[in-house]
Amino acid sequence: MKRLRRVALFLGSLLLVALAWELYKLVGPETGGKVFGWNLLPRSNDQAMPHVWEMLSRYADPEMRGSDRQIWRVVLAGAWFSFRLAFVGFFVGTLLGMSLAVLMARFKVAERGILPYLVVSQTVPLIALAPLVVSWGGKIEVFGWSWPRWLSASVLGAFLAFFPVAVGALRGLQSPSAASVELMNSYAASWTQTLFKLRLPASVPFLVPALKLAASASVIGVVVAEISTGLKGGIGRLIIEYAREATSDPAKVFTAVFGAALLGLAMSGFVTLADTFMMRNRPKEATA
Amino acid sequence: MSAVDISNLGKVFNPGAPNQVDALVGVDLSIASGEFVSLIGPSGCGKSTLLRLIANLLEPTAGSISVNGKTPKQARLDQDYGMAFQQSGLFEWRTVAKNIELPLELKGWDKNKRRERAMEMLELVKLADFAEHYPWQLSGGMQQRVAIARALAVHPPLLLMDEPFGALDEMTREHMQGELLSICRRTGTTVVFVTHSIPEAVYLSNRVVVMSPRPGRITKIVDVNIEGERTDATRDNAAFFGGITAVREALRGVEMSDHVRGIEDR
Repeated sequence: MKRLRRVALFLGSLLLVALAWELYKLVGPETGGKVFGWNLLPRSNDQAMPHVWEMLSRYADPEMRGSDRQIWRVVLAGAWFSFRLAFVGFFVGTLLGMSLAVLMARFKVAERGILPYLVVSQTVPLIALAPLVVSWGGKIEVFGWSWPRWLSASVLGAFLAFFPVAVGALRGLQSPSAASVELMNSYAASWTQTLFKLRLPASVPFLVPALKLAASASVIGVVVAEISTGLKGGIGRLIIEYAREATSDPAKVFTAVFGAALLGLAMSGFVTLADTFMMRNRPKEATA
Repeated sequence: MSAVDISNLGKVFNPGAPNQVDALVGVDLSIASGEFVSLIGPSGCGKSTLLRLIANLLEPTAGSISVNGKTPKQARLDQDYGMAFQQSGLFEWRTVAKNIELPLELKGWDKNKRRERAMEMLELVKLADFAEHYPWQLSGGMQQRVAIARALAVHPPLLLMDEPFGALDEMTREHMQGELLSICRRTGTTVVFVTHSIPEAVYLSNRVVVMSPRPGRITKIVDVNIEGERTDATRDNAAFFGGITAVREALRGVEMSDHVRGIEDR
């Protein structure tokens, strides 16, 4: 019953957004408008703001003249392609983030030495990094296995995803009270035992929001990487291609944008599932 | 053989630094096997520090301790003592039974033996029906009983308790005191018990160790001579009131630290 209500609420809010969009199209100025001399009001003509039904109906149209592939198939295939890349990035990033967090929790020196670099790493623009990763990857060849082009996009997803995980997990690993640590010491527990019996389970409530951030970060990383490295097949590439046609076909690009949103939803849905599983026996206040 | 032997024990925090604290100076104490000893005194008198030194969670800077005839470190490695704190410190992601099994897991016991012992301990603290509950589903008093069961799970000869009933309401507290005594009678466990409450110390103990701050030391050891088994009726007993008066007088001589948060309040 509760679940049904949530689905209804979600659909209802979508409908409200669509209504607001159409309402603005109805009353907004065709060519944009000024408020106190500033250009604030967006243009509401069909070029800038296509009708909602226009966007939706485009899904059924063929992608190109003379092609029999409908747009919804192309967008869905692109989203699925990017989803797999993002998932690999999310997985690698989470693994890397967790390892760094454990290392930093174990050695105070490591925390002081590594943490500042982690913060700095996130200020490097992804667009600058993308071609570098592609060119490094292109040189890697081990035992006949060569670096596939898509892996560069996943690596960039992982590059964004590992940061929230590392920071969140570190806080979680350090969260047990002094009394809990003393208790483990009184049992003569080793550091590894304390890690697995106390610190890791205690870090789960901190990890959940970190993983949610990592999931969306990996999607952003992959989409941006697709665009800036020119990788074909994913949703990022579709957005760029369709945006080029925006003058003649303004509704088309929105089909790909919604595809990217769907991809983000799928990713965060996956994390929510994991969250429900990990927190199933925890006090309910903590999940609220 | 005495359960705990302490001679000329001293502990200094931050030696040489401007914030040097003489937590304990010249402490001598011998606790017999099966005895119940309380440590009482104002904040900063080092009672919790003394408990942690016995538990080998801290290293002394002077003097010596032996626990069960061993060094405290060896006693800790052998899990010769169990420990309970003011906060029950149960792991919220483990069921009640799993919490009690924790020290056994760390010792490498196999699953069936662990479960069997956990059930035995739950029987002892009268919580057998709550094995599969999670700690947050229990009341404060029940959680503290689970913590005691966990501390006793390896059947240690010694139980170290740091204000275990401090966070409980008065009714639950008196009930828990009775429960603790009956558990100790059945298991023959030696107990070192840190408390702020004079009636609690007198009701539970064979001896009450009165301590004073700056520097932390023992000022008086009060023998409590209550005949026979202690029950709720003991609380109306003349010997009980006599004990309370004796401890209060011993504490009156103690200079009170002005509610400065002491070292043991971490």
